[in-house]
Amino acid sequence: MNKISDNRAWWLVLPVFLLVAFSALIPLMTVVNYSVQDIFGPGQAYYVGTEWFKEVLTDQRLRDSLIRQFAFSGAVLAIQIPLGIGVALMMPKSGVKGSLCLILVAIPLLIPWNVVGTIWQIFARGDIGLFGWAINQMGMDYNYTGDTLDAWLTVLLMDVWHWTPLVALLCYSGLRAIPEAFYQAAEIDRASKWAVFRYIQLPRLKSVLIIAVLLRFMDSFMIYIEPFVLTGGGPGSSTTFLSQTLTTMAIGQFDLGRAAAFSLIYFLIVLLISWLFFTAITHADKEK
Amino acid sequence: MVAWMNWTPTVMVFFAVIVAILTVMTVYELVAPCTERKGFLPIETTRGDRLFIGLLSAAYIHLTFLAVSDITLWAALTISVIWLLILLRWG
Repeated sequence: MNKISDNRAWWLVLPVFLLVAFSALIPLMTVVNYSVQDIFGPGQAYYVGTEWFKEVLTDQRLRDSLIRQFAFSGAVLAIQIPLGIGVALMMPKSGVKGSLCLILVAIPLLIPWNVVGTIWQIFARGDIGLFGWAINQMGMDYNYTGDTLDAWLTVLLMDVWHWTPLVALLCYSGLRAIPEAFYQAAEIDRASKWAVFRYIQLPRLKSVLIIAVLLRFMDSFMIYIEPFVLTGGGPGSSTTFLSQTLTTMAIGQFDLGRAAAFSLIYFLIVLLISWLFFTAITHADKEK
Repeated sequence: MVAWMNWTPTVMVFFAVIVAILTVMTVYELVAPCTERKGFLPIETTRGDRLFIGLLSAAYIHLTFLAVSDITLWAALTISVIWLLILLRWG
């Protein structure tokens, strides 16, 4: 108990701290500072207190886009997580086929966001796009620029196409880490495929799945470029998600105070959810 | 620099209080290191965890007050401080 700990090494963290202060902490403080002012230009700032927060919190347009955002992230998780697990289970375990599958599955992840948006914008068009044209030929009325449901489905499908591979790859690596002995024991017990999945694979995938859920939630919650390129937030504002609303406010209308207040609320939501996930992860590790 | 970045007194007080809380808690930690323990919260927490939970919920308490009522924010602040103290003591 009498061990003397030398904490002088903490001084070595100082350069990083200064850098982070310059690049993150002070800018964040600036945002807080702008959120309580109405700024028209240099030297023309007026203190307005919590007025912006009040306005942002009671703004129906923002509430709508927040609800849309949660609906979108929820749908993304509900589709991509089971699908990713399924894909990972079906992938060959090793050999040339395994490597080939890995490469094929990973390809969508390598494509930049705005290119994904452009690909799908053309792909889903009714006149020159293969997907849109095929759907229309099958007798279904499909037009993602005019119909709200079609636009939603297209954005969702695009995100599923782009990001399910990430979940699949994470699960695949989780599955490969399960020792062969577990499967042998299951075989001796004549366990069914479902039992193997339910009692061996799924519990062992828990930690990668938590990470997958966290990554997918964060990414989908901050989605901007893909729907912006694909639908531009339309038709109307049906696919305008939070970050696009924020950008319109901050850059389009140059409403700095309002945008700052909105960013802080956005930040608080992300902070709360990340903290919940982080606690869940560390808690799960402790139980082991 | 203060004038150039349009710093307002309110925001300066706000951050000064945050820095003060962090400093006090750091000194407290050095004087009397804490261990994880289980209070009324569903998880084991350290003193720092409880402070973080308290500050984060304070932000949400203030936002809720702004969103649903016209009551002065001093009420929200009072509730937040009491809640933070309860958390630190029994959380």
